[in-house]
Amino acid sequence: MDDLIVKTITRLIVPFIQLYGIFIILHGHLSPGGGFSGGAILGASIVLYSLSFGLEKASKKLSHEASSIIESAGILWYIALGLVGIFMGGYFLTNRAAGFPMGEAGAVISSGMIALITLGIGAKVASTMITLFHTIIKED
Amino acid sequence: MKKIFFMIVLAGLLILLVTSVMEMPGIGSIDNPAYNEVTRYYVENAITDSNAPNIIASIITDYRAFDTLGETTVLFTSIAAVISVLSLGHHHGHKNHNSEEKVEKQHG
Repeated sequence: MDDLIVKTITRLIVPFIQLYGIFIILHGHLSPGGGFSGGAILGASIVLYSLSFGLEKASKKLSHEASSIIESAGILWYIALGLVGIFMGGYFLTNRAAGFPMGEAGAVISSGMIALITLGIGAKVASTMITLFHTIIKED
Repeated sequence: MKKIFFMIVLAGLLILLVTSVMEMPGIGSIDNPAYNEVTRYYVENAITDSNAPNIIASIITDYRAFDTLGETTVLFTSIAAVISVLSLGHHHGHKNHNSEEKVEKQHG
């Protein structure tokens, strides 16, 4: 889409969308939202960018290889957090008993494993959306 | 004949489903089978167990984190399947195109 208005508005609005997505992911254990919804918002910002600027410029921002690596890293990070529980003498995916720093209820850095898992899920969902969209529009 | 038979079977199914819906407890009723000790445990102990004010987050990523791991794996598997199918068709079409061109050149 080669339109000056769309390009200008997109350039203005994409940072705010990404900031909102990161806010939703980081506050997943405090407020409604979490990894899945925050990741969808983050992915939607890149989808908007590639709709208005084209696939080539969007691939320069986030290449196919980088999003594949993020996607695999998200799920491996999740499994690694689960294995921490086993190494600390508990079950797979133990939270408090595995010695994660619990912090104070209501703070951004608190609740141990939950915030870290939400980060992994957010990165995974965002890169899944971006990879799917780029793969589909590459066919045209 | 076939249509009448289907109608009779569907009417029987309708009566069965409507009567079972009439037997269900009301929404939010205290006698609901879904309102059992598990719900009460989550509401009372979620904050002390996981220090997260969002009980839903503490259920899906602490109590039932293994379920969410499966959910994430489903996402991974689906994206792998979609990419393999789409890019396979792409390469295949490209090869066919090339071979057709070659055939045309040989004929020419």
